[in-house]
Amino acid sequence: MTPTYYLLLSALLFSIGAVGVLVRRNAIVVFMCVELMLNAVNLSLVTFARINGSLNGQVMAFFVMVVAAAEVVVGLAIIMSIFRTRRSASVDDSNLLKY
Amino acid sequence: MTSFLAQVDKITPPEIAYAAVAPILIVLGAACVSVLLEAFLPKHQRWTAQLLLSLITIVGAGGSLIYVAVGEVVPPQGQVTLSGTVAVDKPAVFLWATLLVLSFGAILLIADRSVEPGGSFVAQAAIRPGTVQDRAQAAKTGMQTEVFPLTLFALGGMMVFVAANDLLTMFIALEVLSLPLYLMCGLARRRRLLSQEAAVKYFLLGAFASAFFLYGLALLYGYAGSVKLTDIANATGGTNRSDTLLFAGFGLLVVGLLFKASVGPFHAWTPDVYQGAPTPVTAFMAACTKVAAFGGILRVLTIAFQHTQWEWRGVLWGVAIVSMVIGAVLGLTQTDVKRMIAYSSVAHAGFLLIGSIALSPSGLSGTMFYLLAYGFTTIAAFGVVSLVRNSDGEATHLSQWAGLAKRSPVVAGVFTFLLLALAGIPLTSGFIGKFVVFTAAIDAGMTPLVVIALVASAVAAFFYLRVIVLMYFSEPAADGPTVSVPGAFTTIAITLGAAVTLVLGLWPTFVLDWAGAGAFIF
Repeated sequence: MTPTYYLLLSALLFSIGAVGVLVRRNAIVVFMCVELMLNAVNLSLVTFARINGSLNGQVMAFFVMVVAAAEVVVGLAIIMSIFRTRRSASVDDSNLLKY
Repeated sequence: MTSFLAQVDKITPPEIAYAAVAPILIVLGAACVSVLLEAFLPKHQRWTAQLLLSLITIVGAGGSLIYVAVGEVVPPQGQVTLSGTVAVDKPAVFLWATLLVLSFGAILLIADRSVEPGGSFVAQAAIRPGTVQDRAQAAKTGMQTEVFPLTLFALGGMMVFVAANDLLTMFIALEVLSLPLYLMCGLARRRRLLSQEAAVKYFLLGAFASAFFLYGLALLYGYAGSVKLTDIANATGGTNRSDTLLFAGFGLLVVGLLFKASVGPFHAWTPDVYQGAPTPVTAFMAACTKVAAFGGILRVLTIAFQHTQWEWRGVLWGVAIVSMVIGAVLGLTQTDVKRMIAYSSVAHAGFLLIGSIALSPSGLSGTMFYLLAYGFTTIAAFGVVSLVRNSDGEATHLSQWAGLAKRSPVVAGVFTFLLLALAGIPLTSGFIGKFVVFTAAIDAGMTPLVVIALVASAVAAFFYLRVIVLMYFSEPAADGPTVSVPGAFTTIAITLGAAVTLVLGLWPTFVLDWAGAGAFIF
């Protein structure tokens, strides 16, 4: 099994995540799609570490996980606060700011 | 166990030039202390303590920065430290100084409690907008003082971002500066629903953009086998590595950076967030984030992608044109003053991008001068916006600004001067900034781009002048807004911004010399 397949899988996961961010309505699901993109990056980092024969890529994957965790804390707090006001997490309802 | 440990090499910790990175350490250390103050001080003492700590931090970091800048502890051309991840060179020192001075002004605006009784920030962010408790807290004078540690963390992230010499450090710094900003956007005392909506939009789009940045990082790691900017530059110098990885990685990385700088087609969040966020936070974001983002863009393009510039330059030409056109044309249609300044910042981002892609010493110094000048003008402009109020908070709709000069000639006069600076009229710093950037661009062979930029400036000047005409030559509405008399903090911030705008317009030489004192080291 060549490492290239993992890169293709990672690109696929990243694209699924990106499309998900663009088409899904629920803020939580949009946020999950962002997390999917970050994890797709982790997969390619680890694969490149294998291809390059160095451990740096694997260490970077840990950094990405920590950042993703911090982002979850901030993101869920923000989404929660707007959900409590509107009783909905749909990004289409957030339409006061426009033009 | 011992036999296993005997087999592995000892990891030697990297050398740290503490004196060189002292300004960052002071800011981030003070941010941690600030969190502790928040936890242990009683509520009524927090505002004073936090404000003092923040201002002392900025002054202290500035002091240690002067120590770095005079070259006593750091070699004159700069020093790379922390095993090559942070470069403290002349441009980094200039940008640090810019960030510190601008955030000093922004912190004064954030701390102000005289314009809006109790400050522009909500007393308890957890209370649901529109409820009985919310109306009660709107009448109280307390504010959520967590905004001070958040500001310091964001400032620390920005300072690391402009000095980061590898992409991973840059990514961490990007998140350290963004995450506090997402939260600060949602903390407005008035119009809380708009504020929360701005926070959600900024957060979702910002996280989306950082994912792009990160995938670009991964692809460049695959291309060069390292994320250090120098290693990427070496790898681009004629090898048989995959160009697909290089250019896909470059594209994704640059999208992430341009998003933060609110350039061109990646600006969608800018108007909404500028309008919804509390005005002092908008001032901080508009001035400091722009400095940080363009500092990062300059360093990445100059160090890592200098050799491949003929491949990507055309694309960034297009991006700069789109940014200027969007900013200038959509700015014409705006009816809200904060949104109008947001579109003006998109247009300015286009001008700054022109300077960044010149990749010459004059392009570097011109862009950095422009950032400094633009930052001060913007902070003062948002300071003035926060003064014009009616019974439900700031009166940001342009129709409410009609005839403002008859009510308050001073405020209208200062705002006129700042708008002229944004438009780039001579005798203001805006003119000098545009002049040095466009000169550098012509020297780098980008004359067509400069012509388009001049046309865009002319179009943009129209919407600034429209506000001036509105303020001076319209009859004030009967139920128009009042102009609050600012307290000391807001007065200092506005005076500082307007004074620097004027001084840099008249005697720009010393700052230009300082901006052009040295190049990036790596």
